[in-house]
Amino acid sequence: MAKVKGSIVVDIEKCKGCELCVYACPTQVIAMSPDVNVKGYHYAEDVNPDACTGCTNCAVVCPDGVITVYRMKV
Amino acid sequence: MSDNITKGKMIKPENLVYTKSRVMTDNVTSYCPGCGHGTAHRIIAEVIEEMDIQSEIIGVAPVGCSVLMYDFLDLDIQQAAHGRAPAVATAIKRLMPEKFVFTYQDDGDLAAIGTAETIHACNRGENIMIVFINNGIYGMTGGQMAPTTLEGMKSSTSPYGRDVATMGNPLKMTDIVATLPGTYYVTRQSVQKPANVRKTKKAIRKALEYQKLNRGTCFIEIVSNCPSGWKMTPVESNKWMEDTMFPYYPLGDFKVPEED
Amino acid sequence: MERELRLMKGNEAIAEAAIRAGADGYFGYPITPQSEVLEYLTMEKPHERTGMIILQAESEVAAINMVYGGAACGKKVMTSSSSPGISLKQEGITYIAGAELPCLIVNVVRGGPGLGTIQPAQSDYFQATKGGGHGDYKLIVLAPASVQEMADFVELAFDLAFKYRNPAMILSDGAIGQMMEKVWLKPQKERSREFPEWATTGKTPDRERNIITSLNLDPNKQEDFNHKLQAKYREIEKNEVLYEEFQCDDAEYLFVAYGTSARVCQKAIELAREEGIKVGLLRPITLFPFPTVIISRLADQVKGILTVEMSAGQMVEDVRLAVNGKIPVEHWGRMGGIVPTPEEAVENLKSKIIGG
Repeated sequence: MAKVKGSIVVDIEKCKGCELCVYACPTQVIAMSPDVNVKGYHYAEDVNPDACTGCTNCAVVCPDGVITVYRMKV
Repeated sequence: MSDNITKGKMIKPENLVYTKSRVMTDNVTSYCPGCGHGTAHRIIAEVIEEMDIQSEIIGVAPVGCSVLMYDFLDLDIQQAAHGRAPAVATAIKRLMPEKFVFTYQDDGDLAAIGTAETIHACNRGENIMIVFINNGIYGMTGGQMAPTTLEGMKSSTSPYGRDVATMGNPLKMTDIVATLPGTYYVTRQSVQKPANVRKTKKAIRKALEYQKLNRGTCFIEIVSNCPSGWKMTPVESNKWMEDTMFPYYPLGDFKVPEED
Repeated sequence: MERELRLMKGNEAIAEAAIRAGADGYFGYPITPQSEVLEYLTMEKPHERTGMIILQAESEVAAINMVYGGAACGKKVMTSSSSPGISLKQEGITYIAGAELPCLIVNVVRGGPGLGTIQPAQSDYFQATKGGGHGDYKLIVLAPASVQEMADFVELAFDLAFKYRNPAMILSDGAIGQMMEKVWLKPQKERSREFPEWATTGKTPDRERNIITSLNLDPNKQEDFNHKLQAKYREIEKNEVLYEEFQCDDAEYLFVAYGTSARVCQKAIELAREEGIKVGLLRPITLFPFPTVIISRLADQVKGILTVEMSAGQMVEDVRLAVNGKIPVEHWGRMGGIVPTPEEAVENLKSKIIGG
């Protein structure tokens, strides 16, 4: 059975660290980085990338449109 | 298979399933972290891109947090005086009926100072889309009471909570405009969760499709958050919104065309 | 529509002239003594004649904001009202000036303050010429003295408004709005199909998005913008002053009056000259830009100036600035909706200027 695999790319410098994506992700892919961007925000990063299904939920709730999502069948 | 290889393989144009609409500019929005305005802008941009009407649509920005909407949406936009966006949009549409026209207004703009313009544009059935962001507070000026502030809700001008006996009741504009014959499609949605965002985006799409058919005013309220004004984290504010705002401002369609 | 001679009210002449000038839209709200503008336009169905849009708004506030919206699309749009209604429009007018949009605003002035009276007055001079709303801005202000000029100034006002991207006002009064005179109407002009490059008509791929706003959060940019506006006003002052002189060549005294008062003064000149008083009249046609240079020049020739205004004396301040103390400048006028008589004007010329 084909498995769907996803990946996200976060535009770190434009992330405002609101964490909405963290809660929107059904597979706990995203967490806030301990590091901060130029504006001083802890930014979102995919700490558990293997679990990403490319469902786009994180990008859909992102107020700043900083998440780009890719998906492919593997 | 290591992560790196997987990621490298996946990040290719043919695998792209979601990216910020090209109808958004590259500017970072002036909104606070977690604010629903950004999401609302984004989905408006997405619908415009999907309908391929960037060159045929004119937006009207209010006075409020979204006063700088023209910095974030790559559209021809007019910035209106406080509350007057529906009047401004009326003229644009009357003079250029072949174009799409929408207003984007916050609660102070639409439901306080602009009540007359809102009601009358809706009553005339102006063939425009009105997007109404209701977060129960004046965000831009620093968290004052709005017409939509809930009973008991604290703000900088209702520091002991809104006392409806002296400050009036929170105004349900969407319920009001739904009673007017000029409105064609009236709905109240939200953008805090993926499913809500997707529903609201569909509502915006419908409204613009109806506009193409000259059906009348389409009115979309988006109940939204104000983490800074409410003094909460974005995640807390969305929870508070669901628990406290939604019972008073229940989501759903108020007026659905028969053709649906 | 050919050139045509008609007997019309001033308000009707404005309405018909707007259609013939190729206006795209009119947005108004009823108020005495200018309601005939909206009435004439709705009766005339200009949409069928030229495609011009007419809309009765829910308020003067809405009407001026409709003008903003239409003007920002590069359309030739206008509104009309009378004094209390013009006060309501001030917010919209300053936004229009701040966004540099061309449009026409007609004020058929009535007596104030407050609800005042429905009779003619000239007590909105300050409001019209000094900005009216908040911020440093100017309107181009034309003051018709006849029904013919009510008609003629519509096209002139639109032309100036578009030339300078600035709101223009016709500052009339209840007398000229209501009275009937013969008027030559110009042939029908076609509505423009072209949009200025700044107009919001939908962002096409070949250009950057067009933004119409009066907001500048950066104070340096706002100051730059203010300098730009001021430079524009200086340019208007240089190029667009209009006035009319009556019997100024041999004048020893001078009336300065505009609109209805100027008509009164024309008769007053005749009466005074029958008594051997050599008086002339300078009638400003543009109130902004004000005919400062010619008034200063005439101040070198005459012994004194009387401004006649249907107000407590507003334009007199600009005349004094132009004269700069060279000779006495006094004001005389009637208020509250009363039109002065020529006899009164002559009496006051004698008592305030000649005998003084």
